[in-house]
Amino acid sequence: MSRLLELKQVTKIIENESDKNNTILDHVDLTIREGDFITVLGGNGAGKSTLFNSITGSQPVTSGRIAFNGKPVTNWPEEKRARFIGRVFQDPKMGTAPRMTVEENLLLALKRGQKRHFLPRKLKENHEDFKQLCASVGNGLEHHLDTPTGHLSGGQRQSLSLLMTTLTQPDLLLLDEHTAALDPKTSKRLMTLTNQMIQQKELTCLMITHRMEDALTYGNRLILMENGKVKLDLNQEEKDKLTLEDLFVLFEKEDALETV
Amino acid sequence: MLISAIAQGFLWAILGIGIYTTYRILNFPDLTAEGSFPLGAAVAVTAIVSGIHPVVATLVAVFAGMGAGLVTGLLFTKGKVPVILSGILVMSGLHSVMLFVMQRPNLSLLNHPRLYDAFTGLPNYFDVVIVGIGVLALVISGLLFFFYTSKGQAYIATGDNESMARSLGIQTDNMKILGLVLSNGIIALSGALIAQSNGYADVNGGIGIIVIGLASIIIAEVVFKEVTLGERLVTIVIGSVLYQLLLLGVIRFGFDTTYIRIFSSSILAVFLMTPQLRKGLKLDRLSGKEERA
Repeated sequence: MSRLLELKQVTKIIENESDKNNTILDHVDLTIREGDFITVLGGNGAGKSTLFNSITGSQPVTSGRIAFNGKPVTNWPEEKRARFIGRVFQDPKMGTAPRMTVEENLLLALKRGQKRHFLPRKLKENHEDFKQLCASVGNGLEHHLDTPTGHLSGGQRQSLSLLMTTLTQPDLLLLDEHTAALDPKTSKRLMTLTNQMIQQKELTCLMITHRMEDALTYGNRLILMENGKVKLDLNQEEKDKLTLEDLFVLFEKEDALETV
Repeated sequence: MLISAIAQGFLWAILGIGIYTTYRILNFPDLTAEGSFPLGAAVAVTAIVSGIHPVVATLVAVFAGMGAGLVTGLLFTKGKVPVILSGILVMSGLHSVMLFVMQRPNLSLLNHPRLYDAFTGLPNYFDVVIVGIGVLALVISGLLFFFYTSKGQAYIATGDNESMARSLGIQTDNMKILGLVLSNGIIALSGALIAQSNGYADVNGGIGIIVIGLASIIIAEVVFKEVTLGERLVTIVIGSVLYQLLLLGVIRFGFDTTYIRIFSSSILAVFLMTPQLRKGLKLDRLSGKEERA
């Protein structure tokens, strides 16, 4: 499988007020191949979200190189990388425009990474497609096509965010604990839907999660991050052998290290 | 007097709509308005006095306002100067620009043509009403066309959720610049029309005009809730007329017009506090119920 994304020695250092440098990402090397579905685990401050921000370009890296399909994108702004990357945030409020309707949000997502012209937006022409798309989720979103997304429940908003990011087949899908803010039942449903979509559309995906079961159940590769480094990178085979207990042990070790 | 207040309300509504395109849609306050408004007046009056047709003079004023907005936009997005400060810098600098344009602090249109001359022979102030309605129709329909294009939707999304907009590949910096250019063009248009109605331009003509523009928006939002974008723009016109009538009432009541500004600010303050006041009352009622239960 071809290399989709390559991170070479990516480092992110943040300067504090006291001029003390805080290393969030520490010379991270990571290669993501086309078709990978990687689950990312790690404690608070391990650098998971910063890793995502470095990939999307929403935070510039201090040093290191990032290449997409062999093309260097290290200095590309987020807007330009959006052509390849779709992202669902943890906070349901982050993924949608609250005053715009469900349809309008989908229409915005349909033009991801494309030039947007001074031409009529063509909402009606997409109405039927959007309706069917929303109906496929099964949480009544199709009845709210002209509701501002600010009025939707967290679960509906997150499933809409997922629809929006996958609408245009992104080369890389980033999920940043996208089920964490939901109640257990809704969270489970969204995770099932997510997995379905990734399989169906054969997406390459990187998923941060706090739920170790999910990290084991889903995906073909598992990464454990600690102190800004990739501590563990397991392939399908190694991952299959891993049990929940093993993971707990790994995490406890990490906690022990932190308290030292 | 009543017709005069309504006519003034129409012209000031253009200012309100200009402010709305940044303040409410992009979600940031732009203080350039207090500079681009008198700039529009200064440019239009100077152009007319030097023999240019009022229609062309008004258009030139619009472009001048757009230029001011562009400078604020570049300072804000490329220069990373906070938006309020960018606006203040441009507003302050425009004072000199206006003095340069007019070569004096104020300039009269006495014995010169005005945009309203096209409608002579009507009762007093009707010319202003007709021009006001015509210009408002143009501005509102133009803005609505823009808002419902792909570009316009990206513009709205930028104000609604910037990080999402960027993650969808929208160049949010360009949208902010576009908004500031558009907004200040409309604000300068309002300045040019009001100067022609008043018959003069003054370098200090912008002081406090943000309050007037905001008042029309806030009154519209308090009186008409949950409306579409198009309806909102129309309700700003109504809000602006209501505000002028309110001022007229205050003046009729015998208020000294020298101190009118503190009254303007007070009206706006009351309207701005309305949602909070209502919330406070509702909370009281709810806790009362709980106590009874």
